[in-house]
Amino acid sequence: MEKIELKEFIIDDRGNGIFRINRQAFTDPEILDVERREIFDRTWLYAAHVSEVAKPGAFVTRRVGGRPVIVTCDASGKPHVFLNSCPHRGNLVCLEKSGSARALTCFYHAWSFDLSGKLLGVPDAEAYTPAFKREEMGLKSVPRMENYRGMIFISYDAGIESLESYLGNAREYLDYMIDFGGDEVEIVQGAQAYSMKANWKLLVENSMDGYHALSTHHRYFHQYLPDIGMDPAAWAGANRTMGRGVSLGGGHAMVESPQRPTPLTSSAKVELDAIRARLVEKHGPDRAHRIADYTRNLFIFPNLILISLWHTVRTFYPLRPDYMEVDAWALFPKNDSQQLRQKRMDNFLSFLGPGGFATPDDVSGLEGCQRGFATMRELPWSDISRGMGREEPSSQDELQMRAFWRRWDALMHGRRGPSDCADRPERRLAAE
Amino acid sequence: MATQDLARVAPVRSLDPAVTRAEIEEFLIHEAALLDEWKLDEWLALVAEDGRYLIPSLDTPDSDHRTALFLISDDRRNVASRVKQLLGRTSWAETPHSRTRRLVTNVRILEQAEDWVKVTANFAVWRFQHEATDCYVGRYIHVLVRGPSSGLMFRERRAVLDLETLRPHGKLSFIL
Repeated sequence: MEKIELKEFIIDDRGNGIFRINRQAFTDPEILDVERREIFDRTWLYAAHVSEVAKPGAFVTRRVGGRPVIVTCDASGKPHVFLNSCPHRGNLVCLEKSGSARALTCFYHAWSFDLSGKLLGVPDAEAYTPAFKREEMGLKSVPRMENYRGMIFISYDAGIESLESYLGNAREYLDYMIDFGGDEVEIVQGAQAYSMKANWKLLVENSMDGYHALSTHHRYFHQYLPDIGMDPAAWAGANRTMGRGVSLGGGHAMVESPQRPTPLTSSAKVELDAIRARLVEKHGPDRAHRIADYTRNLFIFPNLILISLWHTVRTFYPLRPDYMEVDAWALFPKNDSQQLRQKRMDNFLSFLGPGGFATPDDVSGLEGCQRGFATMRELPWSDISRGMGREEPSSQDELQMRAFWRRWDALMHGRRGPSDCADRPERRLAAE
Repeated sequence: MATQDLARVAPVRSLDPAVTRAEIEEFLIHEAALLDEWKLDEWLALVAEDGRYLIPSLDTPDSDHRTALFLISDDRRNVASRVKQLLGRTSWAETPHSRTRRLVTNVRILEQAEDWVKVTANFAVWRFQHEATDCYVGRYIHVLVRGPSSGLMFRERRAVLDLETLRPHGKLSFIL
């Protein structure tokens, strides 16, 4: 397999505490080709949540890792993920975004399939020879699919490690993202499907960047919060650096801070206190404390972010080096009262999404970076060295981004074994 | 909002004199001009005290903001803050302000009650910023009431986009 020369794309000088990214990594179509092959085709990718296909016959279609897929719930209640392409001649089998059906029929030649993928009907089937095996002509499953507590991940690499092993240290924090309501969670109806004219890795960085919040989201903290009667001091004051940035291994990373006031914590204080009490009952005080008393942005390599302040699940995929599609949902407790559900949605929308008081400014910032990269020849490097000299980098530092980039760099070079993602190596690897 | 919910909200005043399509068209054309000219304070004065500004998610255009996640679901307080933010100096997504041009057509009265009227209109809004052009197409579904000075006001201002996704638009940072 031909490899493009990638050596110079990262400067990782742990001795002097300097970390730089060559901006060509954000602009070069050849890099994107390698990313598709070495990263997106070889990792676990979030596809859907089981609540989106809760009942037998339910299906949703979407693109995951650049391929059209159909997520179904078969007659026995089991979820499946199929490539949305007819095994006969290739047409998209399912053209609807979502729905419920007993069978999916490709309109091109009317081959039909049940929701477990089995080929049901072939018009004029007698024209085929005995070598034509119907049982081999069902919908093609993605090479791997695993469900972690309702979150369906897929991989296009049949030989990839198990999802649990892949998630590694991130599992504990993913559990907190699922357990926060003391109840099962579900995807709320209403998806946010938007885009950014920016490289996808800029959104990886941005999604766990504590440093940008006060300047990029100035209007949220200094206009919106006061407008609804809240004091922004917990965000803008000295305490803002109380959080930490963490490399979780495998390129997974997180920023974590003590819980902060949000529109929700003021509008739903009574309900949230009751939920916290339930968490103590269910999980004991220590675990309840870890679940309820922190806010986290959790990044699962390579393109999944969960943010606990709003309980969003966000994934993204590059169509071009300078353009990505973004899909985001709200993952809320199933049995919240309608009032609490609405308060959670209001809280979500005040910050997040194309119409929120924060996300559009992120879109603008990332698109601005991308436009700025046209100066790449004269200004080739971006810097993400913050906190490199610190024993415990804070949430305002950039360790969590370096963790992503170190895994990125390893995979781009074909080093698929464990990578050393932290500033201070937990272990030295013979392979490196 | 379902009809029975509207009936429960106390009226600003009765729809007297009765509203005509011509008056509604005047109102919507005036509103579009205020928005295109970024006279957002004047625009905000058209939103009633119990007014809401709604944009449903694009995959669930007919949903209810109380049970489904919208793209925008502002109560009056949030609309007021939105206007203040947009007129401030740190709404980076609208710095510099987008140029917009709105065409509002096909106005119809859908339902008329004693103190409110439900109307619909088609819209196409072109937005120009950073040398990119985006077109937002859809229909408005508004619930209008008469304000204290007998002019029309929004009790509910709903923009339902026909777009399937916000790609490549990316954002809804101006008032649609």
